[in-house]
Amino acid sequence: MTGATARHRELGLTDGEYELILSLLGREPSATELAMLSLMWSEHCAYKHSRKVLRRLPTDGPAVLMGPGENAGVVDVGGGLAVAFKVESHNHPSAVEPFQGAATGVGGILRDVFAVGARPIAVLDSLRFGEPAGSRRSRYLLERAVAGIGHYGNSIGVPTVGGEIYFEPSYEQNCLVNAMCLGLAPHERLIRSAAAGPGNVLVLLGALTGRDGIGGASVLASAELGEGDEEKRPSVQIGDPFAEKKLMECCLELLERELLTSLQDLGAAGLTSSSSEMAAKGGVGLEIVADRVPVREPGMEPFEVMVSESQERMLCVVEPERLEEVLAICERWETLATPIGQVTDSGRLRVLWRGEVVADLAASVLVDECPLYDLEPAEPGAGIVLYGPGPALLDGGQSAAETLLTLLGSPNLASRLPVFEQYDPVVQSRTVRRPDQADAAVLALPTGEAIAVAIDGNGRRVACDPRRGAAEAVLECAANLACVGATPLGLTNCLNFGNPEKPHVAWQLTEAVDGLAQACDALGVPVVGGNVSLYNEAPSGPILPTPVVGMVGRLADPSRAGRLAFSAAGDAIALVGAFEPVSGGSELAKLRGEPPAGPLPELDFESARAAHERVRALVAAGAVRSAHDIAEGGVAVALAECCVAGGVGASVTLPAGLDPFGEAPGRAFIVSGPAEALAGLDVIGRVGGEALSIADLLEVAVSELRSARDRGLARFL
Amino acid sequence: MRFGVIRFPGSCDDVDALLACRRVGEAELLWHADRDLRGVDAVVVPGGFSYGDYLRAGAIARFAPVMAQVAEFARAGGIVLGICNGFQVLCEAGLLPGALLPNTSLRFVFRQVALEVASTDSPFTCGCEIGRRLSIPVKHTTGRFYAPADQLRALHAEDRILLRYAPGHNPNGSLDDIAGVCNEGRNVFGLMPHPEHAVDPLTGSVDGLAIFESIRAHVAGRALV
Repeated sequence: MTGATARHRELGLTDGEYELILSLLGREPSATELAMLSLMWSEHCAYKHSRKVLRRLPTDGPAVLMGPGENAGVVDVGGGLAVAFKVESHNHPSAVEPFQGAATGVGGILRDVFAVGARPIAVLDSLRFGEPAGSRRSRYLLERAVAGIGHYGNSIGVPTVGGEIYFEPSYEQNCLVNAMCLGLAPHERLIRSAAAGPGNVLVLLGALTGRDGIGGASVLASAELGEGDEEKRPSVQIGDPFAEKKLMECCLELLERELLTSLQDLGAAGLTSSSSEMAAKGGVGLEIVADRVPVREPGMEPFEVMVSESQERMLCVVEPERLEEVLAICERWETLATPIGQVTDSGRLRVLWRGEVVADLAASVLVDECPLYDLEPAEPGAGIVLYGPGPALLDGGQSAAETLLTLLGSPNLASRLPVFEQYDPVVQSRTVRRPDQADAAVLALPTGEAIAVAIDGNGRRVACDPRRGAAEAVLECAANLACVGATPLGLTNCLNFGNPEKPHVAWQLTEAVDGLAQACDALGVPVVGGNVSLYNEAPSGPILPTPVVGMVGRLADPSRAGRLAFSAAGDAIALVGAFEPVSGGSELAKLRGEPPAGPLPELDFESARAAHERVRALVAAGAVRSAHDIAEGGVAVALAECCVAGGVGASVTLPAGLDPFGEAPGRAFIVSGPAEALAGLDVIGRVGGEALSIADLLEVAVSELRSARDRGLARFL
Repeated sequence: MRFGVIRFPGSCDDVDALLACRRVGEAELLWHADRDLRGVDAVVVPGGFSYGDYLRAGAIARFAPVMAQVAEFARAGGIVLGICNGFQVLCEAGLLPGALLPNTSLRFVFRQVALEVASTDSPFTCGCEIGRRLSIPVKHTTGRFYAPADQLRALHAEDRILLRYAPGHNPNGSLDDIAGVCNEGRNVFGLMPHPEHAVDPLTGSVDGLAIFESIRAHVAGRALV
């Protein structure tokens, strides 16, 4: 083999892929071309192991304005306004350098949203780490990732309005940092990334291009983590929220003045992916004079300029007669703007360097020709243990009260306040419901209506049953929206899995996608975009299969947005929704040291949907004073959460046979309100007193519940 | 009356302040690079990260072209309100005493805190009563008010501490629970809490309106004189 062909393996291309490149080009690629192709054909950019299976997800719906394929999905929220949203992972960079990895994860998802012309109005995060009690590394990753998210979001003036955090041993080496962003725009401000108009100018906006992050996300995210990851630290990008703030305001002003033909952010694979995607989508060519790109350091090679993942950069297409005005606005926002090339009608991406052509490829070769692989899923046979048992904190000998307090104090269920206090949830003056006030965040719109958003996922349950577990994530997210009175409009997902070339991981992935598709179909919620993060494996094994679902809904009257807290003594408490919670896959099973295994309750989508609709109607009508879905820890924990949030007790009698700590998320709710309003519901008790009392089971003072819940996570931060 | 809200490139709460001001009067944004206050009756220096604040918070903003005009406006008795980053900027610019140091937790903290009105002898608190409690959020990493002992004595002696954190609500370790102080002329006021984020029952409390309404009443009263 020649040196050139050995090089392709170092860059992550298989021999078969390299053969295909040779036949597509009819020649050997240049060094610059090989660097570009290796990144565009990486798992992260090409979705080569997931694209086929993703086709099973429903993507159409009455509110959808832009579906998968654009920088973010967009739904109509009425009154001529649209909401763009997307969730994306930054797992491997965060595992290597948590502060910058998480910070640039937020920076990247913000750019995705303003790239479609929407002003970012909210961020949510879904985080997974190893067990904090036994692992200094997990506590370090938690603390630094949270600090990084806060650093970026707080500094740029976009509120962090929600999120979730779970701890499981399988995330010890491979933590998950998924960031979701929502943006708001008038319909006419939305812009696509397809380049158009031969002769138009290609303008690079924002930061200088440096050697940082050469192959960062795309290489880090496309292979398993292993020994020696310390050495990868330089390939994690460094975030500069001030630069992004100026870049964002600058882009939004350029769009408001209708000066841009198209706009695209620079993410993984930098200039290569942004330019080739713009060209391929527009059916045009682009010519880039790479030595015009302003660089941070001397001596950079053309391939480095083309693949650098330096942050805070955007690429836009401008008509020549508007260029002067564009440059003037960029100067006012102290944002560097450099014409680096032009649109052509060749369909090719041509890169020039000091007068010579260093790359000349059909844009479609970079974007569309990467081979897509069929997964070879196989259900693990009997006796195969993917995830072992954990340490047992409870042995079944405890009283129900002790069990409840242990659950509330467990890192997975404890108060998230120590984390949420590090984020600004109110900037931009839209936040009607902050974290801890309700099951979903609520943001007021200028139309007088509001949107609600929640993010959910439970890898433990997906590990038990990938199909049902993934469907439950959709149900739970929709249930959270119902609790504030919102109707779902669309969904984004981030599929975090292990190595898809392993049959059992392929099986988890295909089953989970089927579960998502079933639930989305049943609830009528389209998937408008998302992200896939594979190869989340360490030498010790894969992560729990973790599909994370972010859902956006709409509600007519923000003043009636639901709250989770019991508030008025004397109110009736009712159980809404039929469900048969079980112990398998529950938080209690985890605390008993059981592995994530066993059957999950059957899915009855019709019944779940009816329960959602009932709660949504009660909340929207202002008939109830609180609504909370029953999820981790079962009905006992849900009741305790309502009591702690309101600082008031409750006395209830549970239906016979209902497992108080069993779980069947997304199907049932606790609501409270005046007795007349709850007539016809399954009333189980009353709000009042200073303790939570469950007949024949337990009685615990609210102060005791609160202190257990407050300490659970705080002690690790 | 007309408020002017300064917009630095890294301001985050500029539009929030603008909306809050518009609840009691007219308001417009003033660009950091302009040397023109456009004849406004009061200036708000808003929250955020003026020029990124990678150096000490507010250390660069004091050199902004617009800040020369703000200093001149303040010397002439003009009403200047600095919120959070604005407080930091006004301290750096020498328009307010003391300094804001990193929180004792060394972390960013968002919290809805209770404040107590400690003095009503100012354009910013004239509409309140002494001891009135205001529920207003704080959100900052660098908000621990500090002043040397002699300066601190003067602040107490001259009744220049306008707002304090209520007992148990000090989020950052500020000396003597100080949440906001004014200058000797009582026309420049800085506070770490965000009154502009407490002006709408839909998004929380309305207690922050007391500050904006006080300013309006003061300016209206002055106009009558």
